[in-house]
Amino acid sequence: MPANPFNGHTEYGIGIGLRVPHYRHILANKPVVDWFEIISENFMVDGGRPLEVLDQILEQYRVVQHGVAIYFGSADKFDREHLRRLKRLVKYTGTPWLSDHLCWGSVDGRYTHDLLPMPYTFAVAQHTAQKIREARDYLEVPICVENVSSYAEYHVSEMTEWEFLSEVVEQADCGILLDVNNIYVSSQNHNFDPYDYLNNVPHSRVGQIHIAGHSKFEKYILDTHDHPVLDPVWNMYAHAMKLCGNTATLLEWDDRIPSFEEVHNEALKANQFRDNIVASSQKNR
Amino acid sequence: MQSKWNDGRPMEQFAAEFIKPNDRLSSFDRLEIYNRQYWFRILDCLYDDYPGLLAVVGEEQFLKLATAYLTKYQSDSYTLRNLGDRLEKFLLDEPHWTEPQQPLAIDMVRFEWAQVVAFDGPAKPVVTPDDLIDTPPDKLRLGLQPYLSILKLDYPVDDFLIGVKKDADSLRGEASNAMNSAPSAHRESTQIPLPQPEVTYLAVHRFDNMLYFKRLEPEGHIILEALAAGSTLEAACVQAVEQSTRANPDWQALIKEWFDNWAALGWFCRR
Repeated sequence: MPANPFNGHTEYGIGIGLRVPHYRHILANKPVVDWFEIISENFMVDGGRPLEVLDQILEQYRVVQHGVAIYFGSADKFDREHLRRLKRLVKYTGTPWLSDHLCWGSVDGRYTHDLLPMPYTFAVAQHTAQKIREARDYLEVPICVENVSSYAEYHVSEMTEWEFLSEVVEQADCGILLDVNNIYVSSQNHNFDPYDYLNNVPHSRVGQIHIAGHSKFEKYILDTHDHPVLDPVWNMYAHAMKLCGNTATLLEWDDRIPSFEEVHNEALKANQFRDNIVASSQKNR
Repeated sequence: MQSKWNDGRPMEQFAAEFIKPNDRLSSFDRLEIYNRQYWFRILDCLYDDYPGLLAVVGEEQFLKLATAYLTKYQSDSYTLRNLGDRLEKFLLDEPHWTEPQQPLAIDMVRFEWAQVVAFDGPAKPVVTPDDLIDTPPDKLRLGLQPYLSILKLDYPVDDFLIGVKKDADSLRGEASNAMNSAPSAHRESTQIPLPQPEVTYLAVHRFDNMLYFKRLEPEGHIILEALAAGSTLEAACVQAVEQSTRANPDWQALIKEWFDNWAALGWFCRR
């Protein structure tokens, strides 16, 4: 199951996000990293330092693109300039799959630069799936959509978040970037069992997994990506790997970013769970 | 968050119509999380890109003007890079936000936006001597790199910004999907004296993909502005000489030195 149509039939291991504070270290020391995830929008520029760094990274490493602004769930039509630049970058990086979020974030051409939760209705699922298909047809690359962490729910929702995610990806025939930290954050904010979520999404469509840290406040949890991964999330990750198989995994660390080694070592903790999966599958042969 | 919705209803009532409360938070509280995150994110972006303006007007006034600007000009781009692209216009239209320092503030905003352009703006192939050899100066029209900004300013904002910035290379934070646990806006602003007026000619550019700003001679500024406007090489140089107040300069040597330098920096491209 790890290699599937939704991750371009690849078998990537543990990756980390490519972030500015680590550029110097990576380019000078060329550490062994299975792959880097880049935020597409940071490289959809016309020139300068970002593209120079990207060139150097592509010489050494495999890169997967992750977006934050395509907004499959917005009612607006796609920004064609955004898609055009995204396609140019897709061809440039050779990303085997592309991910962005199952959310909305723009209205009438105005951008919030946030990942806003959607109403979980059949009509919205249909609209969103249609936009994912349209993007995939234009970009000519497999797409995985990521579940977001959320802090609000709508009265109009007709189903659970995991039912909505399943409905969208089945209708769009696309993959899932399963963010187990986001599931945990949302489960705490909305009082559901995160394992119900994990158990009830179409595992065969999971092309990639995200893990990250979060911050606890008195009345809610915030998806801050500024901490190591916490134990409940590691436990969920282990469960997800059992359900989905040995899936490409990425650690997100976007704020208060420590040294490269610290981020990389945190990501490599995922290997113990992957090793268990590999050992288990060999035992069953 | 605003206390009332557009139709006058209290926001608590409006939020409750579409957002579920939970056992810890009201509908309004849950909406407020997103409201705070929105402002943290976009204000942080302006703090990152405009540290010089922050130093000119002070933290309290910067927060007020940034909030007013972002309320009037909401982001219309998928990228936060362009968030400040109408800030100069805003400050020109609404001078009360920067009084009594409006001219200095405007200069600083132009200078800081030029750095955004220089950081990741497009580059065209540079012209080579072979491209020029057959074209006489009265026919030759050179283009300037799109990432290059030529500025005439009333204040030496370059020296001032060097004093303000701790990290001259830092621009806005990267896009990510992380939420902020707190605003990073209340960073230290260096208290250095505001600059006195002094006409300053600047080129903001990049070289080897590093950001630079370079002082220009007044005549050099005239030549580059004229080339950018489409003048021929000869006409641009004649304009600079005619407008110069220098006494007995060796124009041939001066202009050659400038062009050698500008060409070495890769500023010239085909029009």
